Amino acid sequence: MKNENIITQLSIFINNEPGRLAAVAGILKEFNIDVKGFNLAESTEFGILRAIVDDPDRAYDIIRSQGVIVKKTDVIGIAIRDSPGSFFEAADVLGKAGMNIDYGYAYSNKDFDFLFVRVDDAEKAAEVLKDAGIKLIEKSEI
Amino acid sequence: MAFWNKEIETMPRAELEKLQLSLLKKQVRTMYDSSKFIHDRMKAAGLSPADITDMGSFRKMPFMRKTDFRDNYPDGLFIRPYEDLVRLHVSSGTTGKPTVVGYTRKDLDLWAESLTRGMVSFGMTKHDLVQNSHGYGLFTGGLGVHYAAEKLGATVLPASTGNTERQIQLMKDLHVTAFVGTPSYLFHIADTCDKMGVDMRRDTNVRLAIAGGEPWSESMRAKIQDRTGIHIHNCYGASEFNGPSFLECEEQAGLHVWADLCIMEVLDKNGDQCADGEKGELVITMLQKEAFPLIRYKIGDVSALDWEKCECGRTHPRLMMLSGRTDDMLVVRGVNVFPSQIESVIGEIPYLSTFYHITLENENYMDDMTVEVELNESSIADDMVKLGRMARQVEDRLKSALNISTKVRLVLPDTLKRFEGKAQHVTDNRKYD
Repeated sequence: MKNENIITQLSIFINNEPGRLAAVAGILKEFNIDVKGFNLAESTEFGILRAIVDDPDRAYDIIRSQGVIVKKTDVIGIAIRDSPGSFFEAADVLGKAGMNIDYGYAYSNKDFDFLFVRVDDAEKAAEVLKDAGIKLIEKSEI
Repeated sequence: MAFWNKEIETMPRAELEKLQLSLLKKQVRTMYDSSKFIHDRMKAAGLSPADITDMGSFRKMPFMRKTDFRDNYPDGLFIRPYEDLVRLHVSSGTTGKPTVVGYTRKDLDLWAESLTRGMVSFGMTKHDLVQNSHGYGLFTGGLGVHYAAEKLGATVLPASTGNTERQIQLMKDLHVTAFVGTPSYLFHIADTCDKMGVDMRRDTNVRLAIAGGEPWSESMRAKIQDRTGIHIHNCYGASEFNGPSFLECEEQAGLHVWADLCIMEVLDKNGDQCADGEKGELVITMLQKEAFPLIRYKIGDVSALDWEKCECGRTHPRLMMLSGRTDDMLVVRGVNVFPSQIESVIGEIPYLSTFYHITLENENYMDDMTVEVELNESSIADDMVKLGRMARQVEDRLKSALNISTKVRLVLPDTLKRFEGKAQHVTDNRKYD
């Protein structure tokens, strides 16, 4: 069975030109793609809109069909309590396991705050975090 | 007015032309006999050395082009064995293959002679201390100027490129009187002097300079002369015909092209000879080169020639400042760059598409080259570190192919402008005023 803790993030590549982000947002609206959480990163040449959506496979096909470059990326969602030290625990577990966090961004559902992080090996990261007793978000919870 | 070789330098035009014709006949005969390339070309054109009797018949000789060097890489156009060669230089070619040039001892001697005459023509003497900031090595600029200044008896400081503050320190401490480098480097020296609090007029003895190897303009010259108090003399050359070879005299009214060493033709768009002072494509024949002779070489530069006797007394034709190229060659920080070189590097890198664009800018006359190239869609990753590494890798590959640094911007597919017909690969925003 596929790991319920591996979340498919869409990485949408957008040129740094006025109106390009709006065009992508327009596609999301037009096709009724529900964006649960997102993050906007930029390089000097182009930006990357990283989004957690309700049905990533469907959204991927739609965005692609509109001529926009989109990739699927595996991320994991780490539950963060609203208290000091909570993020440290997770980061410390990953650090001790020799795993590097490439980037991360926050997301809240009705019960928890989560941090979506991108690591090289999402399966392994999910395993070491769960072994350390840290809650990870499941697909059904998004 | 001093001369290095007064008899030749002031020889009346008619005599010079007679001398040219006799040297030319001899050179054509030698090349026909010892160069398979020229032999075949002449045969194909139905010519034998005996047909070359005057300048009119000379103009029936087929042209040589840069592609001939590539096709005969590395040394197929040498007509002397290596035991006769004493040096090689290497410059960039149009694609992956560079151009290799060989020299006999006499070739080096005449190359130095050509420059030494020029140095004397603007007042350099054996009392000068010459700081040579051209690169030493495969590039012809460093060693070319070096041997000419030594031949003159001047003292050479082989500073080569880089470390500008130390260059200025040495310029001051050693009482350098003449400087040689690219125009943009002169501007950089002047800027660095300002930063160091060095007044070139008051704190240095530099009074003369030779500047060449890249495009510049009269207004740039006026600016830098005004700023530094140095008399700056243009230089023209290319490795195909030695390296830096022709200089302006103290009149600064065009570069004296020594007619006993070189026939320089200027052709219009129809291939007809241009009138005096009329701009056209330069075609070069070297009359006395031994190892790697050139006959009617289309070098790709555009300028005009003037046979009117110079105020300085020299009778040889004067070449005006270069005003363009007939091909797409770019001169970037003194280095010749062909877009095709960049294209072939891009073609070797699997994560790049074939779409690219080159943009040239200059600030304070220092060139900056940016290459934008589209990524292949399958190679795009949501990983900024990896994308950064890919860009650096392309920069490294370009640097090793071109010998100059470029900035690389990896862009998304379908970002760069598409062209119907011939693609415009270059935007040159450099200003020379």
